[in-house]
Amino acid sequence: MTSISRRGFLVGATVVGGGLLVGYAATRPSRHQLANEQFGSPDNPFLTTWLRIDEDNTVTIYVPHSEMGQGVLTSVPMMAADELDADWNRVNVEQAPVDDQFANGVLVKGFATSMGVTIPSFLNRMADYATLKAAQLMNMQITGGSSSVRFTGELGMRTAGAAARQMLVETAAAQWDVPASELETADSFVIHNGSGRRISYGELATTASQLEPPRNPVLKRPEQFTLMGRSIPRTDIPAKVDGTAQFGIDARPDNMLYAAVLNAPVFGATLASVNNKSEIMQRRGVQAVVELEDAVAVVADNYWRASQAVQALDATFNDTEYDQSSSETIFSNYETSLDNEERHDDVVEGDAESAFTDATNVITASYRVPYLAHAAMEPMNCTVHVTDDGIDVWTGTQDNLGIRGQVAEAAGVEDSQVRLHACYLGGGFGRRLPTSTNTITQATRIAMQFDVPVQTLWSREEDTRQDYYRPAVTSRFRAGFDDNGNLSVWENTYIGKNEPAEAAHIAYNVPNKNIRYVESPTHVPFGAWRSVAHSQHTFFLESFTDELAWQQQMDPLAFRLSMLADKPRHRRVLQEAANRAGWGQPLPEGRAQGIALQECFGSIVAQVAEISLRDDGSVKVEKVVCALDCGRVVHPDNAASQIESGIIYGLTAALYGQISIEAGKVKESNFHDYEMVRLSETPEIETILLETSDAPVGGLGEPATPPIAAAVSNAVFALTGQRIRELPLKRYQFLPTPQESGAESA
Amino acid sequence: MIELTVNGETRQLDIESDMPLLWALRNELGLTGTKFGCGIAACGACTVQVNGNAMRSCVTPVSAVQGQSITTIEGLSASGLTDVQQAWIDHQIPQCGYCQSGMIMAVSAHLDTNSNASAEDTARAISNICRCGTYPRIKRAIASLQEQRNTGVQQFEPATTPSQAPAQEESV
Repeated sequence: MTSISRRGFLVGATVVGGGLLVGYAATRPSRHQLANEQFGSPDNPFLTTWLRIDEDNTVTIYVPHSEMGQGVLTSVPMMAADELDADWNRVNVEQAPVDDQFANGVLVKGFATSMGVTIPSFLNRMADYATLKAAQLMNMQITGGSSSVRFTGELGMRTAGAAARQMLVETAAAQWDVPASELETADSFVIHNGSGRRISYGELATTASQLEPPRNPVLKRPEQFTLMGRSIPRTDIPAKVDGTAQFGIDARPDNMLYAAVLNAPVFGATLASVNNKSEIMQRRGVQAVVELEDAVAVVADNYWRASQAVQALDATFNDTEYDQSSSETIFSNYETSLDNEERHDDVVEGDAESAFTDATNVITASYRVPYLAHAAMEPMNCTVHVTDDGIDVWTGTQDNLGIRGQVAEAAGVEDSQVRLHACYLGGGFGRRLPTSTNTITQATRIAMQFDVPVQTLWSREEDTRQDYYRPAVTSRFRAGFDDNGNLSVWENTYIGKNEPAEAAHIAYNVPNKNIRYVESPTHVPFGAWRSVAHSQHTFFLESFTDELAWQQQMDPLAFRLSMLADKPRHRRVLQEAANRAGWGQPLPEGRAQGIALQECFGSIVAQVAEISLRDDGSVKVEKVVCALDCGRVVHPDNAASQIESGIIYGLTAALYGQISIEAGKVKESNFHDYEMVRLSETPEIETILLETSDAPVGGLGEPATPPIAAAVSNAVFALTGQRIRELPLKRYQFLPTPQESGAESA
Repeated sequence: MIELTVNGETRQLDIESDMPLLWALRNELGLTGTKFGCGIAACGACTVQVNGNAMRSCVTPVSAVQGQSITTIEGLSASGLTDVQQAWIDHQIPQCGYCQSGMIMAVSAHLDTNSNASAEDTARAISNICRCGTYPRIKRAIASLQEQRNTGVQQFEPATTPSQAPAQEESV
C-alpha cells in the first residue's frame, strides 16, 4: 500500500535523513547536489531532485504540486516510478519541501514550449511583479493550467525515474563486472539473468548517487509501461474518508487564537473608523480588534466568538469612485468600449471586410456572461505564527513557494525565514493561487501583532464577496456565408484579453477571420477560474457556431464537421460523443440534445448534453456524453474523475453562476443566493477517453469545464427555440417549442 | 456548563449555550474532521449525527444537543471503516475531500434510517454540496451500498473504468 508522508500533510522539511535523490538533475545537476547537501545524507542520498531511494529499498517521490483533489499525488509519482521500474507497493509519496531547491522549473519550460513566448501571468509568483524574470519564475511550485501530468510528469518525473534507473543499472554493472546491456530492472531490483543475480535498488543507491545523472536518459515506449495507463488507487483518499486529512483550516498549533474579518465591501476601499472598539473588546474571549488598511479583524479564543464580534462591529469605510458601480454600469461601459475603444488584433486572417461585402447572408449576435466566484468548499484561511526564529505558516495553496514569498514580503523577512507547512486544499480551482488570494498577506499582518499562532478564517460571505472573479465579458459576433453557403468570414470583438491566449480562437476552417478585443477595465479583481478564459469563450464561440448551423438549416454536428477537414482529432471527439449519445436518433418526448467542441490545455473535448424541462420551466440536464482526446491517458479512472468534476463545475456556472455588482459591492453572499448543483441535479455522465499516439499528453483538470454551458444552451435552443446569449440559465423560464431538427445534413 | 456526549465520551465545557455545535467540536474539543463550509446550514460540510440522525452542526446550538448522543466522522466506526467509508474508497470518490466527512455522515444516517429509499429520494435527501462534483460516484456508491445491505452480498463494481478507445494514428 502506497503511503503518503508519515506526517500526513505536513510536508515542509521532513525530508531530512533520506537516500538517493534524483530529479531535474538530468538538466540541472547543480540543483540535485544542493538538494543532497540540504536534505540528503551519505546513507540516503538523492539521485535527482525528485526521487530518493533508501537503504531499505523504499523509494520516496517528491511532488512539486498541491493535492486539491486532482490526484496529483498519485498520477505524477506513477510516472517516475514507472520509468524507474520501482515496486509501487514500496513507494512513498510526499509533497516536495517548500524550498528553492524544489522549485518547479520544468513547468515554466513546458508552458514556454507549448505556448511560444507567452508565459501565463498566473505563473508569476507575486501579483505585483510586473516583469517575468526567469529567476523569479523558477521559484515556484505552482499547480494550475492543467499542467502537472503534461509538464511535470512528462518532462520532469519520467526523466528523473529513467535517469535514476540508468544510474542504478550502471552501478550494478560495475559491481558485477558485466555489461549494463545484460541487466534488467523490475520491482526495485536490478537483475542479471545470465547469472541469476539480483540486487535491490536500496543496496545500490549510495554508490549510484556518486554518478552524475545522465542528461538524456532513455524513456520507455508506451508498450513498456507498467504503471502508466493503469487506474491505481489514489494515495490521498484513505485520509479523506475518516476525517484525518488535514486541511489548512485544521491547523491546531498550541495556544492558537482565531481571527474573523470584515473586509472593505467595495474593492479598493479603505477603513475609516471602528466606532465601538471598547464594546467589542468586552465581549467574551475577544483578545484584540486589529485595524488594517482595508479590513477589521477581531481576534478571539474561539472562531465563533470572533465571528459574532465581527458581526457586532460598527465600522465605516471611506468612499471610493466605484460606489455607484453595478453590473448594469459595467455592461453598459462594455458596450461603449466596444463601440469606441481601440480594437487590438487577436487573430486577423484573410480579408474580412471584402468577405462581408461579398457575403450573401450575414448574421450578428452579442453574448455576455456575469462575474463568477470560485466558491471552494474550504473558506479561505491561513494560520501564521511569528516567532523570533522565523515564521511558521499553515495553509493549503496552489503554489507553496509563491505563498511563502507573500508571507515573507508582508512580514519584511527573507523567504528562507518562512516555514510553510503545506496542507491539503479544500478546493483550488484557481482561488488558491498567489495571484487570487488576499488572505495570506492579511493573516500575516494580523499574526504579526501576536506572539502566539493566529488562524485567520473568512466566513463564507467574505469568501464569496472578496474573491478574485472570473470576469464579466461581452462578446460580439458577425459572420457571413458566401453564395455557395460556406462560412466565409468570422468576426468577433470581445472585452478583455486573458489567458490562455488562444481562448477566443476557433478550430473551424474559415478563410477570413477578424478576432479582436477591447480593454474596458473595472474595479472588480480578476482571478483565474477553472479553465480561465476558455470557460466564457467556449460558451460564446460554440453557441454562435450553433446559431450559424441553424441559420443554414444544417445539423449542428454536420456543420461543425464540414469545417474540420484538416482536424482529424477534432472530428473524432465530435463523432465519438455524438455516436455514443445517439445524436440524430429519436429522443423521448420533451428532450433535446446540444453539442459543443473545444481544444484547450492540450486536450480536445466534445460534449453532447441532453436536457428536458421541469414543470416550473427550468432546465434539467438529463445526460452528458463527453469524448476527450488527451493524447495519452496516464490514469484512466482519475481522468474520468476530473472530467466528471469539470462538467459539474461548468454546469453549476451555466445553470446558476452569477455574481452581481451593486453599489460597488458583490451582492451574493452564500450558497442560498450563489447556488450550486447538488446530487439530485446531477446528470448521468458518460466519459469516452481517446488517445492519439505521437500527440503530446494533454491536460485534464480543466478541459471538461468549458464546453458544457454551450452544449446545454444549444440543447435549450433545440428544445425551445430560444437562443441563450446570456448566462446563467436560471434567468429564464422556458416553454417547450421543439425546433425542426435534423435539417439537411452535410 | 454544557455537557456534551461526543463519540461516546461525555465532556463538560464552559461555553455559551448558543455556541453552535460545530465550533464546540472544532475549537473546544479539537475534532477537526467536521468541517465549516457556510455557517447557514446550506452546504452540509458540518453534518454530524445526533442520535443517529444527520444534523448540520453549524446552526445547532450546543444547548439543543445536551444529553444526546453526538457522533462525528472520527467516531463513525469503533474500529476500521464502515461499509460507507469503504465504498468511498472502492469508488474512489473524494477529490479535494473537504466535503466528504459531512457527505459520509449524511449518507450513513440516511441509509441507516431509510433502507428502502429510491435513488431519487436518496438524491433529494442528500443535499450536501461538493464543489469537486463527485456526485456521479456518490450515486453509484449509494446504489451499491443499498444493494449490498438489502441482499447481504457485496456487489462491488470497480470504480468507473471509462470506456477507452484504442489509440488511433493521425489520419487525414
